[in-house]
Amino acid sequence: MNLVKLSWNYLLAKPLNTGLNILLLSMGLAIITVLLLMQDQFENKMTRDAEGIDLVIGAKGSPLQLVLSSVYHIDFPTGNIPLDEAESVSKNRLIKNVIPLGMGDNYNGYRIIGTNHDYLELYNAGFREGRPWEVAFETVLGQEVASKLELEVGSRFVGSHGIGTASHAHDEHDYIVVGILEKQDNVLDQLILTALESVWYTHDEDHDHEKFEQPVATSGFPSSDQEGREVTSLLVKYRNPIAAVQLPRYINSRSSLQAASPSFEISRLFELLGVGIKLIQGLAVVIIAIAGLGIFIALYNSLKERKYDLAVMRTLGASKATLFVHIILEGFILTLLGGLLGIAIGHFFLWLLVINNEQGALSGLRPDIFLAEELWLLGIALITGVLASLIPAWNAYRTDIAKQLTGS
Amino acid sequence: MLSTKSIQFEYTGVPAFSIPDIHLKAGEELLVLGESGSGKTTALNIIAGLLKPQGGKVIIDDVDIYSLKEDKLDKFRGKNIGIIFQKPHILSALTVMENLQAANFFAGKKENGSISTYLEELGIGNKKNAKVNTLSEGEAQRVSIARALVNQPKLLLADEPTSSLDDKNAEAVVNLLKQQSKKLNAVLIIVTHDQRVKDHIENHLTIGNRVGRNRHTEF
Repeated sequence: MNLVKLSWNYLLAKPLNTGLNILLLSMGLAIITVLLLMQDQFENKMTRDAEGIDLVIGAKGSPLQLVLSSVYHIDFPTGNIPLDEAESVSKNRLIKNVIPLGMGDNYNGYRIIGTNHDYLELYNAGFREGRPWEVAFETVLGQEVASKLELEVGSRFVGSHGIGTASHAHDEHDYIVVGILEKQDNVLDQLILTALESVWYTHDEDHDHEKFEQPVATSGFPSSDQEGREVTSLLVKYRNPIAAVQLPRYINSRSSLQAASPSFEISRLFELLGVGIKLIQGLAVVIIAIAGLGIFIALYNSLKERKYDLAVMRTLGASKATLFVHIILEGFILTLLGGLLGIAIGHFFLWLLVINNEQGALSGLRPDIFLAEELWLLGIALITGVLASLIPAWNAYRTDIAKQLTGS
Repeated sequence: MLSTKSIQFEYTGVPAFSIPDIHLKAGEELLVLGESGSGKTTALNIIAGLLKPQGGKVIIDDVDIYSLKEDKLDKFRGKNIGIIFQKPHILSALTVMENLQAANFFAGKKENGSISTYLEELGIGNKKNAKVNTLSEGEAQRVSIARALVNQPKLLLADEPTSSLDDKNAEAVVNLLKQQSKKLNAVLIIVTHDQRVKDHIENHLTIGNRVGRNRHTEF
């Protein structure tokens, strides 16, 4: 017998009360855990995905939409821009490098992105298997695409029009998998990469099979083979810091193009989301406070029934301080369990969210990563428990033994 | 072993009590008689170190117990005094076994395997792992006796141990207390208004007299 066991036995003697309080506390903490995990990983992921991209140039529209669609591949593109205009803007002396992107098709919900080999280099993508594409319709798959769709090097598939699943299939020509990337922990994991030419040819009415065999451009723009070729957007790397000031203004003043800075748009996005996050956080804090109150009320009420027990403990040799610790321990054990359970539920929630949003913005978040902040959460839970049991413990400390036992 | 010196006690609003001086050697027995409200339970609480008197001393084993600090007194009581209350007052969340282990723990004594022995001797060995609320009144009483004995006290105090029992059980309980205190060579004090107990213990002390006209009883 020791004090921990004693307190534990008294908690077990009231399973419903104990269970309810643990559940309430753990729910509050689970919400905060999910928010913490999402915020941390989301910001990390957002930063990782946008690394090396100073500016996105695309069709006019919402700058946030342009960034979301071209950098993170979650929103719809703002439209396409003519190839010749894209080429001319790329010649600007403030630009160090440009990666063209062409979008519009998907396979089972995974986006097919037409680009060049610079895009792979941007993320230092290593190959698990195979090689980069060399001719049109050869594709390289992100790790998640390959494993989820069970595709291997040599597999063939037919893309369909649109960014989401379904709509009509481009069944005139199928893609062939020539490479699979290693796990990148960034947006590449969920993309199907191919040459910009593939995206062009697949939308052409006539199919000139001879040019399908030609090697594609591995850097810069492909040479235009016919009038009216377009790209969706350009990922730009600045040559020097002055570009950050001059280039966006210069491009936005040209009528058909717009430039958006990922870092600026994302901080704006987080500002918008921040209000919602604050609201949910507030809710979680209220739940935790209610849990604390619940623990306080449960201990306070049970103490009335337990005054005899406490007095008996004194006659058996327990000091006032021992009883004080005994009651505090009850709050402590309760909140320790609630805290641990809350963190576990938080990770479980995130896991549920992730497996239900495989292709959405949440994909790639990992429920198995633990943060140092979670220890703080546990600390907050324990402090709640100790605070909630302070007054009951003080009452236990003051219990008059003789009065309790004889009723006089 | 146990001696009290001119103990005085008063409740607010009620005239003061005085308790006749008591001197008992190890292994001796004393029956404290008195009507309800005569202050005999108060006397027992004072001797048990549960209630500090306004005046006088309680000396157990050469220790003036009210000169001890509060937590020292708690430990001293746990180690040296076994108390059996009118109601069993068993710790509700624990099993019978755990109640006795708790007694060991609070007194700061190691569990030494004597728990099972006591439970067997008191005829409740089969209730070891029973929850308290499944016990009959008689069984609960025995558990509280076992709990008072488990730390091998030098002083055994019982407050109305027989009041809720029938003749047969009352006699059994008194005999049990006598027998166990003999075994431990402990002082046994039973406080009661139950006339059935009278014949079993030689030394009697009747209290319930106001200060000023109390009758001194010498031992």
